[in-house]
Amino acid sequence: MVAFILRRLIQSLFVMFFVALVSFSMFRFVGDPVHQMVGIETSLEEREALREKLGLRDPVIVQFGNYIAKAAVLEFGVSYQHKRPVAEMLAERMPATLELALVSAVFSLLIGVPMGVYTGLNRDGFFSKMFLSISLVGISLPTFLIGILLIFVFSVQLNWLPSFGRGGVVDLGGWTTSFLTVDGWKSLILPSITLGLFQLTLIMRLVRSEMLEVLRTDYIKFARARGLSNRAVHFGHALKNTLVPVITITGLQLGSIIAFAIITETVFQWPGMGQMFLQAVTTVDIPIMAAYLMLIAFFFVVINLIVDMLYYVVDPRLRVDTGKATGHG
Amino acid sequence: MPLLEVENLVVEFPTRRGTLTAVNDISLHIDEGEVLGVVGESGAGKSMTGAAIIGLLEPPGRVAGGKILLEGERIDNLPYEKMRRIRGKKIGAIFQDPLTSLNPLYSVGRQLVETIQTHTDMTPTQARERAIDLLREVGIPAPERRIDQYPHQFSGGMRQRVVIALALCVNPRLIIADEPTTALDVSIQAQIIALLKRLCREHGTAVMLVTHDMGVIAETADRVAVMYAGRIAEIGPVREVIKNAKHPYTHGLMGSIPSIGHDNERLEQIPGAMPRLTDIPQGCAFNPRCPHTFDKCRTVRPDLLPVEDSWTACWLYDGEDGRTIEASKKLVAETKADALLEKNDG
Repeated sequence: MVAFILRRLIQSLFVMFFVALVSFSMFRFVGDPVHQMVGIETSLEEREALREKLGLRDPVIVQFGNYIAKAAVLEFGVSYQHKRPVAEMLAERMPATLELALVSAVFSLLIGVPMGVYTGLNRDGFFSKMFLSISLVGISLPTFLIGILLIFVFSVQLNWLPSFGRGGVVDLGGWTTSFLTVDGWKSLILPSITLGLFQLTLIMRLVRSEMLEVLRTDYIKFARARGLSNRAVHFGHALKNTLVPVITITGLQLGSIIAFAIITETVFQWPGMGQMFLQAVTTVDIPIMAAYLMLIAFFFVVINLIVDMLYYVVDPRLRVDTGKATGHG
Repeated sequence: MPLLEVENLVVEFPTRRGTLTAVNDISLHIDEGEVLGVVGESGAGKSMTGAAIIGLLEPPGRVAGGKILLEGERIDNLPYEKMRRIRGKKIGAIFQDPLTSLNPLYSVGRQLVETIQTHTDMTPTQARERAIDLLREVGIPAPERRIDQYPHQFSGGMRQRVVIALALCVNPRLIIADEPTTALDVSIQAQIIALLKRLCREHGTAVMLVTHDMGVIAETADRVAVMYAGRIAEIGPVREVIKNAKHPYTHGLMGSIPSIGHDNERLEQIPGAMPRLTDIPQGCAFNPRCPHTFDKCRTVRPDLLPVEDSWTACWLYDGEDGRTIEASKKLVAETKADALLEKNDG
């Protein structure tokens, strides 16, 4: 187990190294940063001085080395546009995005898994067919459209929920949270649904197909033959066997939720990292883009690591160190 | 009163192309402590009969006719929850593949304890004690340690022992063993069959042993039912059916068993294949393959007729046209089953 985690950590380091390479190369290939920073009247000498100061005249390898060394201590340079350290800006924006992603993920799991189990068990039931039809909508409608529709119904027509922003936030030593105010929770509802709807339908369909698969297995048949109650068979034996793929997908999707909150954040004017990233793209603010890339990659790597460790918790067959098949006859 | 009675059982599968009859009007009984072997080719309906008895036909399969009685009470029309309480408690089941019969995510102990607690009022500690005793009884070494291990840590034969322990854990009156050794090594098959036979004798448990292995039947069963295309072709004491087969199909089945001592002979085989459920011929289902078919076989379905000590569904034995049983049996020549039967005496 320890060896496994160590191996995965080393792999993760490799992944991060290559992401750093990509994010570093953005500085090299997406135009000349000096052009972005200076006005038209800046003289050539001043430009050269700035270039020297930014270290742009060093050999590429040296620049890359510097970049990694700085990234390792969470220093991603200064935003061209805002003239503030990128790390600081990301730290400010991160709580909004992470809270939104967390609530969407919990929402999609809490609703998606039971719906998946239900549709798996009553595959020909009226509600199952209805859920499945509705879930098609969830999969095929683009996120921004769902967001706009929700705003139209619940904010404009019914005037129940706010249509933009985080509402009331409380600052907990640098982490601004909207979990502590009613207003904050109300503001979370629409964006979370918008962001989580796709995941919800995905999880529901995944759990459903896994349930159908597992319910056909011999051990479920044998569990029934032993006279176990339906509850024990469905939730004790069947559901647990669907968990491995569900954990995998949920983990990957959590990464995507964080990474692709961009659209939702734009629709709801959510002051998160995604919105900042989009602004950075329009102003070619490369330090922000590069740092965002690194951060998202880091989230993916961490989530994958957690997913791998969860496998061990769920599936005893992976715990190879507990012994092999022994005995004969 | 027999332990189990099956009367005119019909199992149907509605499909888009019409209704398939997997089990077509069969009747049999099993006495207390008796081992009834059920043999036949794949698709003969033997597993379906077992599944119908235990109430676990896979939908859309359903019991379309007939009755199943356990200890004199009908069990084929019970609501799910009532039948569930009979399953495991009065009728146990063992399935073909021990590798897939156990849930891979739970320790064998947990699966045993869960089954015991479903059917009894034992506390977790008592149930665990019982589970350890059961594992010891089925011959698993160091059960105190093995009980907390997971199925993947057991070999195939050991897993089937665990499955037997699970089937026997609250002393059911009847065990439906559906091909219990097919997935195992030949050397282990004999051990498992011996174990099953010994345990059931000790506990007085009756067994319905579904298999396509005539050898296993010959070694284990008291009586045997030969199934063909959803019907019983012949049923009777194992010695009678094997040594003195009356139905041409039974005879063909016996002839297709390789035996030591007849090295240079070509293995007999029955020409043709069992009909699909969609086109079972009129009359006797075996008539297109039977070497002795005459007109009546092609038009009228034969019922089971008592012939000597067994029952046979064959028009050769109805005594019409002056056919004597002796003459008919001559048609159905000698079998090669002696070698098999020798093992049954142990």
